[in-house]
Amino acid sequence: MLSEIAFWGAVETGLVYGLVAFGIYLSFRILHFPDLTVDGSFPLGAAVAAILILNGFNPWIATGAAVVAGMAAGAVTAILNVKLNILHLLASILTMIALYSINLRIMGQPNVALLREDTVLTFWYERTADLLPYYLVPVVLFFVVTLVVLIFLWRFMQSEAGLAMRATGTNPRMARAQGIATGGMVILGIALSNGLVGLAGALFAQSQGAADVTMGVGVIVIGLASLIGGEAVLSPRTVLRALIACLVGSILYRLAIALALNADFIGLKAQDLNLVTAVLVTLAIVLPGARNSIKSYFSRG
Amino acid sequence: MISATDLKLTFNKGTPLENPALRGMSLTVNQGEFVAVIGSNGAGKSTFLNALSGEVIVDSGRIEIDGQDVTRLPPHKRARGVARVFQDPLAGTCEDLTIEENLSLAVKRGQRRGLGSAVKTRYKDQFRAQLAKLNLGLENRLGDKMGLLSGGQRQAVSLLMSSLTPSSILLLDEHTAALDPRTADFVLDLTRQIVSENRLTTLMVTHSMKQALEVGDRTVMLHQGQVVFDIAGDERKGLEVKDLLALFEKQRGLEITDDSLLLD
Repeated sequence: MLSEIAFWGAVETGLVYGLVAFGIYLSFRILHFPDLTVDGSFPLGAAVAAILILNGFNPWIATGAAVVAGMAAGAVTAILNVKLNILHLLASILTMIALYSINLRIMGQPNVALLREDTVLTFWYERTADLLPYYLVPVVLFFVVTLVVLIFLWRFMQSEAGLAMRATGTNPRMARAQGIATGGMVILGIALSNGLVGLAGALFAQSQGAADVTMGVGVIVIGLASLIGGEAVLSPRTVLRALIACLVGSILYRLAIALALNADFIGLKAQDLNLVTAVLVTLAIVLPGARNSIKSYFSRG
Repeated sequence: MISATDLKLTFNKGTPLENPALRGMSLTVNQGEFVAVIGSNGAGKSTFLNALSGEVIVDSGRIEIDGQDVTRLPPHKRARGVARVFQDPLAGTCEDLTIEENLSLAVKRGQRRGLGSAVKTRYKDQFRAQLAKLNLGLENRLGDKMGLLSGGQRQAVSLLMSSLTPSSILLLDEHTAALDPRTADFVLDLTRQIVSENRLTTLMVTHSMKQALEVGDRTVMLHQGQVVFDIAGDERKGLEVKDLLALFEKQRGLEITDDSLLLD
């Protein structure tokens, strides 16, 4: 079984990747825009935050800059699609590839360590030393951050502009007939989505103590695994439920991975992570349908 | 008021599939008028509506809505003046959104959308009252997803949505064609009721000659991207489908052989 530290470590990572799942919910579910930019905007957020922190900026300002950088990356993808009519999937791959070079440029090297630098966490480590065990500090902080983001997204989706964005995703022709500038909505939504992923990247780099140019590989699949897994557990009838499902799915995914890698008898090792992820995503997509067909098989009897 | 002058539009120009859809179409619809537009397949009816709403931009000509030139404006910039009901009952509403969310979208048609709550409490009573008029029991289902409704119900809600905020023109694009006959009659009656209650300026495209004569107060026939005749008032009264066919033959010197027109 998992140790307490490993358990809370999984929850912490799950919370950070919950932000990625929110972003993917925005692009895949709200806008029906399969956006792979996240594989680039996650390390972009990490790189921007790390370099600014190393240059003495306040870690919260560095994190904010990471959000802005992520939004810019998302806007580029959406503009390639909306203004230049490049297929959404291809547009996002182009941005993702370009970001690999940009991230190397930002960091000046493939990875940057943040050891002994002030991060958003160090401030709280000092102040809560008597209250909390050290491994719970990031869990609490990231929980607060994801909760604030969740409430913001939920409220936004109930607003006039948010409703316009949801209409753009489900029925663009109707949206235009109602006077919604659908192109602008796609740009705003994909920017917002990648801003969240940039935020996740920045927080992840600070909790891991390093930014690495390859840390984005597979972020899209992990995000999708969280999204689909969450939807399978909690049927997303409303926006609020769907957002909570993202968070629950992300944490469950991390716990499942931690368990799989910890259980020696299965014989899995850390290098099997991506394989396990791919299998989990496949199961998450197939199982809800299988459950129904098993049900109908028995109910027919 | 809406006026279209000498609209020309050719699809796939310069290719073997070149198709002149509009060939100098002109039509003016006055304030409060209800015009029924008829024509066979390929006559340019849908292209004309799409040109008015901005879904397609014409090659040449001029479109004015209430005196404002909108010829080159994209659809979302004309939406304030143009309300629309589509042929496909699924096209006019968002199935993933609830009934009240769809109606709230329509309240703000063509206006700025901010960060205020979309479904305002004060809307709800208004929505309930309006939905009650449809006699479909939808007034108690404000929170239901649109996708749960039947095609006829969705088309009725689309009509309601088009009247929630004032428009310069209401475009109905064969909006009863995809419905079964009983539902089509219901939606047509509802159309008459909503148009007369709100004194809407309306342009209705139809496949049915009978509908084109019975509904509205002016009948316009299109053929090959042009208006072939335009009748209203006394001239239109007492006219039957066979008179309409005779009129068409007299005008064009040819017979209608297109099966797609419903003659009854």
